[in-house]
Amino acid sequence: MSNRKPQGQDEQRRRERERLAAHRGLATWGEKLVPLGSFREATAGAGRRLAPAGRAAATAAYLAGADDPTPVEGPFARIAVFGGVYNNHLGLATLLEDAARRGCEALYCLGDLGGFGPHPEKVRPLLETGDVRAIQGNYEESLAGGAGDCNCGYTDPRDNHFAALSYNYTAENSSPAFKAWMGTLPRRRRVRVGARELLLVHGSPRRINEFLFESTTPVPFLEVLLDQERADALLCTHTGLHWHRRLPSGRDAVNVGAVGRPPNDGRPEVRYAVVEERDDGLGVELVPLAYDHRALAEEMRAERLPEEFVETILSGWWTTCLEILPARERRVSKF
Amino acid sequence: MCEPAATARESAGAAGPPRVALRSLDTLWFQVGGTVCNLACTHCFVSCSPTNHTHELMPLAQILPYLEEAAALGVKEYYFTGGEPFLNPEMEAILEATLRRGPATVLTNGLLIDRHRARRLRRLADAAEYSLDLRVSLDGYDAASNDPIRGEGTFERILAGISHLVEAGVDPVITVTEVYDDNASAEGKRRFFELLSGLGIDKPRLKILPVFHIGAEAERGGAYESWQRLAAGDAPPTGWDHLQCSSCRMVTDQGVWVCPILVNEPAGKMGEALADTLDSYPLAHPACWTCHVHGVSCKT
Repeated sequence: MSNRKPQGQDEQRRRERERLAAHRGLATWGEKLVPLGSFREATAGAGRRLAPAGRAAATAAYLAGADDPTPVEGPFARIAVFGGVYNNHLGLATLLEDAARRGCEALYCLGDLGGFGPHPEKVRPLLETGDVRAIQGNYEESLAGGAGDCNCGYTDPRDNHFAALSYNYTAENSSPAFKAWMGTLPRRRRVRVGARELLLVHGSPRRINEFLFESTTPVPFLEVLLDQERADALLCTHTGLHWHRRLPSGRDAVNVGAVGRPPNDGRPEVRYAVVEERDDGLGVELVPLAYDHRALAEEMRAERLPEEFVETILSGWWTTCLEILPARERRVSKF
Repeated sequence: MCEPAATARESAGAAGPPRVALRSLDTLWFQVGGTVCNLACTHCFVSCSPTNHTHELMPLAQILPYLEEAAALGVKEYYFTGGEPFLNPEMEAILEATLRRGPATVLTNGLLIDRHRARRLRRLADAAEYSLDLRVSLDGYDAASNDPIRGEGTFERILAGISHLVEAGVDPVITVTEVYDDNASAEGKRRFFELLSGLGIDKPRLKILPVFHIGAEAERGGAYESWQRLAAGDAPPTGWDHLQCSSCRMVTDQGVWVCPILVNEPAGKMGEALADTLDSYPLAHPACWTCHVHGVSCKT
């Protein structure tokens, strides 16, 4: 078809008639040019209208979850849950002291130990000291498997450029023993807090690198997920932004945020979650944690990590990995 | 060229095309503007135009039961397209109802976004618990490249719509198709980013889509070749999770289709209710080949 502007009304009408004649009803224009016989044959059974009982059965089958053989740990009265350490050993050390002061009986790490910050090997002894029970994030999965990138899930070239810088730095500065240990970590854990059973994952129960942001993770989706997983609460990380939702069913969904990088709010404090048994259900506190962020910035500069990362640690505003933010989270972002 | 490969594909086709299971229904699309559009773009794979009534506008009353069923199935996000969604007089009411249940994205040509509508959309977004995103289509970084595709004078009108959104504090995503090779090149992207930053968008987002050689595009750019089909042996080792039909369905005024691409195919229709469509679907259409080869997802 010519892209030339039609000359006069007659030609315009003729062209419009041609367009309509070519796809009247539900026909595909391309069929004139490519025969669709094999498509029609393959889809002969498609298109059904189930009776009400059939629909109920199809829906029930879809919603049915599978049994999860993951052993249940606990019960505890109060635990600390954190993720996204990003090599921030100073933040992690402060967290260990804070959690002990608050009387947390067990500490759980939801993964992404590396990336962004300096000296990956300084994280490991802290995890041992704190008797931290960890699961794999996409970082651990990639490092243990010798993958070429972090599988962070970005598409923007600038985000991928910075993601590659931090991944390569962490890969080069982590010992083979540390990486092998990462490979031994489970992908999920189940923990009892009081009478409630918590499911701990990195991204989501479905995918290690699924982003669960507050403004794009709706209540009905979470209710179905918890039904399928037969859990009373879901705890995740991966996005770096913390949130907590009490669902209409009385269950809870929590993104514990990150202890390695501030949550893009213009303040240097990082976050972790303290979860405890309460009479009215699960108590969830997303704790702001001040630590020596200036010392971390100095270490990052000494390691020649990108100044963009240093700026985030000092200012509390993200400078990279912004593409994945949903509309609402973008609106409050400085960059 | 590619003769041997073509032969291999065709012979493998005898075993039947691969089927994709619905892993989880995460994304629900609504053809809320039907196939009715105030433009008649020459690359439109659903051949939308002011006079194409293959699918009609969807009233709110028709959408509500699907939103209810979607919530029961745990749908994660909603997308609205057409045709032009803002031709639908109930579009803003539909968005308000949707945003009570989850995040929503509207794919629009931007022509009907004046200052008043942009402000109303901002208010809708501010009042909602979930994200509202707008995606405006543009097919060239200047009038000389855009207008032959989208219509005479549309470049300026699209930019006006984008500016109204930006003024209201709503940063849209810009959708660009590979109708020109240049659009997806590094230089092409640079020109688009330059254009958008000139409009006051600090954090420009481009969504680049390949063209589907069906509908109007089959006549403009040519149709699929006979070897451009998926065959039994084509399943990647990692499975089909990258294809959107493993996690989406499309609702039109006439029922539920497998995906947003095949809405003009009667055989793309899977049922009347979402519960009818939880089964697998064969990757038998040539357009499935584009999704597979390009790793396309229509969502942002």
